[in-house]
Amino acid sequence: MEQVGQRRIDGLWLSTVGIAVLFFLILPTLIVIPMSFSGASFLEFPPTSLSFRWYREYFGSDEWMSATRTSLIAAVLTTAIATPLGSLCAYGLHCSTPRIRNAAQILVIMPIIVPVILIAVGVFSLYAKLGLNYTLTGVVIAHTALALPFVIVTVMSGLQNYDFDQELAARSLGASRAYALWTVTVPQVKFSIQTGAFLAFITSLDEVVISMLVSGGDNATITRRMFNSLRDQLDPTIAAISTCLIVVSVAALIGVQLIGRRKDKVK
Amino acid sequence: MSATQSLPIDISNLCKSYGSVKALDDVSLNIPAGEFLTLLGPSGSGKTTLLMALAGFVRPDCGSIRFGGQEMIATPPHQRGLGMVFQSYALFPFMTVAENVAYPLKIRGVSKSDQSTQAERALDTVQLGGFGDRRITQLSGGQRQRVALARAMVFEPQIILMDEPLSALDKKLREHMQIELKALHHKLDATVVYVTHDQREALTMSDRIAVVNHGRIEQVETPERLYRQPSSFFVADFVGESVSLPVDVAGNTAQLAGRVLKSDLPIAPGGGHRLVIRPELLEVTPGAVPEAANDLSGEVHEIIYQGDSVLVIVNHDSAGEINVRVPANRAGQMGLPSKCERIGLSLHPQDTIIVPDHAS
Amino acid sequence: MSVAEFSNRSVGTRQNADILKSEERRENQAFLGLSTPAVLLILIVVFLPIFWLSSLSFFNAAGEASTENYARIFNSALYRRTFVVTFQISIAVTVICVLLGYPLCYWLTRLPDRRAGILMVFVLVPFWTSVLVRTYAWLVLLQRNGIINSSLMSIGIIDEPLQLAHNLTGSIIGMVHIMLPFLILPLYATMRSIDTDLVRAAVGLGSTPRGAFWRVFLPMSLPGLFAGIVLVFILSLGFFVTPALLGGGRVQMLAQRIESTITVYANWGAASALGVVLLFLALAMIWLMHRVFGLDKLFMR
Repeated sequence: MEQVGQRRIDGLWLSTVGIAVLFFLILPTLIVIPMSFSGASFLEFPPTSLSFRWYREYFGSDEWMSATRTSLIAAVLTTAIATPLGSLCAYGLHCSTPRIRNAAQILVIMPIIVPVILIAVGVFSLYAKLGLNYTLTGVVIAHTALALPFVIVTVMSGLQNYDFDQELAARSLGASRAYALWTVTVPQVKFSIQTGAFLAFITSLDEVVISMLVSGGDNATITRRMFNSLRDQLDPTIAAISTCLIVVSVAALIGVQLIGRRKDKVK
Repeated sequence: MSATQSLPIDISNLCKSYGSVKALDDVSLNIPAGEFLTLLGPSGSGKTTLLMALAGFVRPDCGSIRFGGQEMIATPPHQRGLGMVFQSYALFPFMTVAENVAYPLKIRGVSKSDQSTQAERALDTVQLGGFGDRRITQLSGGQRQRVALARAMVFEPQIILMDEPLSALDKKLREHMQIELKALHHKLDATVVYVTHDQREALTMSDRIAVVNHGRIEQVETPERLYRQPSSFFVADFVGESVSLPVDVAGNTAQLAGRVLKSDLPIAPGGGHRLVIRPELLEVTPGAVPEAANDLSGEVHEIIYQGDSVLVIVNHDSAGEINVRVPANRAGQMGLPSKCERIGLSLHPQDTIIVPDHAS
Repeated sequence: MSVAEFSNRSVGTRQNADILKSEERRENQAFLGLSTPAVLLILIVVFLPIFWLSSLSFFNAAGEASTENYARIFNSALYRRTFVVTFQISIAVTVICVLLGYPLCYWLTRLPDRRAGILMVFVLVPFWTSVLVRTYAWLVLLQRNGIINSSLMSIGIIDEPLQLAHNLTGSIIGMVHIMLPFLILPLYATMRSIDTDLVRAAVGLGSTPRGAFWRVFLPMSLPGLFAGIVLVFILSLGFFVTPALLGGGRVQMLAQRIESTITVYANWGAASALGVVLLFLALAMIWLMHRVFGLDKLFMR
């Protein structure tokens, strides 16, 4: 009897902590959304009046729109480059000898391990010599390097879970390596590739530290603008921008979850 | 069927090492056209490595592989013109059955209408006619296995390789498929190389069996000769049920516990010779053992009823335990001695197998 | 010569060995070729600048080669303080993340799969949301007239608003919020792979449920826990955005110190020396992890 009571208390305590932590995680993330509809000129929660003024501020501002455009273009370009590059890299590593694979794997996760501030500072000084600071090209190159590990790791794990015998079977039936890769392997790991693409997109869009140093002027990213703005004062327009960013993030997350579900259906 | 002729396979001096481990140790083998040859051996023996080398997925360190006289060692797998069935079937889950089977035809530029006729014909051959529109996930294990088979033969390859294709099926289905595959082989005009670790399966299906151990081929023989005249202890032990006793060999004579054994079979040179006794070859002799046979009488230790036969475990004097297998109805007719009683056992010279354990 | 001619020529041992070896080399090269663009890009963007930066650290302001930058790190009270603060905060954040994250993961493990999957969304949405957005949210929440202060005051727990933002407290709260998912994800993945039969077996053998947890479940969850701890710690060491915004200038962690040394003082030598030390610390942690658990534990699956 005492055991049951003890277990009940333990269980209760556990669920309480669990729920509390989940709230801790989600509330601050979502609290910007109602705030962005506040009609007051300072931040308040709950908002006393509702209005779209901060959205009008955001969409009406040339600077903010230019920054948004830059960020979106950079994110799309980063995804377009990092996804095929990373996927091919993952495939090449998957088919290589274990020694090469292990060495390359360490190399490839470096962008995640090395503190971003160092990469930012290093890239900044390198770009200074090459004249790439404050250019879109510079931003895209740096973001791509940052996004590659995500694509590579995701696609590699997809390849590991994939029955490679199928590619061998295709080749035994007369398909060249490239044909087998395209017709048999890619359709099966395409879920991993798509997930990697989403990760690359979000990584680029949300990237702060490198963009802070390397992007600027006409090519300032939205993250750089937001950061500088936040350093100075709490502009409520940021709430509107944040809400839009949250929408994009959640859309990407839903996209990945849907991919996962479709993958399970095919299996 | 069209005029494809099966091809002979000639393997010479194939070697492959992974670090210090020799997966293939100077392997040579000649397979005549149209033969069903099984590579039989325990896991890690190198049989799958050999098959993969034939397919082109394992690149040997040295050696030669010829199909119909043409050197293939450096040819990539997709140009070797063979069909292959994998242990895991490796069917493409995102394609229908018909699309799977038609895949090799598509690669070879066969027209769409011909693709569907030939695919349907292949499916009929494996008794899956009309299954073309099904998805792979809807099929049972046995059906998937047959789709894999259809896919591997639809383009009428001259050589077919199979890597333990039946190992994932349950016993009854497996035995049924063994007989079906054997019949199919006669219909197809192809040389088949089959890998398995199941010696019964090998005995059922093969024209010849190559026993593989530690990267070497120990013996290549027809099933009957392999069973009756194994060349080494490994082969004798791996193929068929047996019990073995150590014997002393000097020249051409063998002695078991001091008594000379009479044998019609040649004794291979080597060391650590053993007498291999197949339980069903021992004869229960109620009276005295005939002069021409070997006397292996002893004391009954245990009698085990096993449905179709009775297994009698006998202590043969000081030499060890022997097993005798007697068909159940015979056991009932003759009446076996009971536990701790004496039982007369004779082994005919043509059944007396003496093999070395290792080369000296 | 053709393959046929070649093999006809050398019948005997080791025939075709040369051809086979060169084929293998070609194939390996082809695969490396597939990986090269990506690896090259990473090398150029990550390694090259850092090596160059590290070399900068060995030159003083006058342009002469010296270890004066490193000496200053050890001698300067300011820099020493920065390191101490960085470590304190990183350790605090890591500990809090473990205290909050472990029970959450354990609780999720005990729920039916579907519900746990839905609840994980509560972890994934913050994880995918931009750091800036979340930090901004905390800025708003923690400020003097923010919701936390006003609700506490209206309940009556406090009379005066607490200073929660623009100081150490705010930094830590914000950082914990950012870092938690990094602990939860690998830990949860590991916990899910623990065979519950083992815990049941322990109870069947006479252990109390609590005892079974401490003696069976907890040890088996350690690899995932350590992976999360190392990840959180390393990320905290080098973290920039949140302490910069929520610290209000009073909190200067290593990353901020590096940034200000460059943008405000233009002292590349000193900044790169700091960076090298930071990198060294991060790599040391990884090496330690590798020694104890093996590097593959870092790959969150």
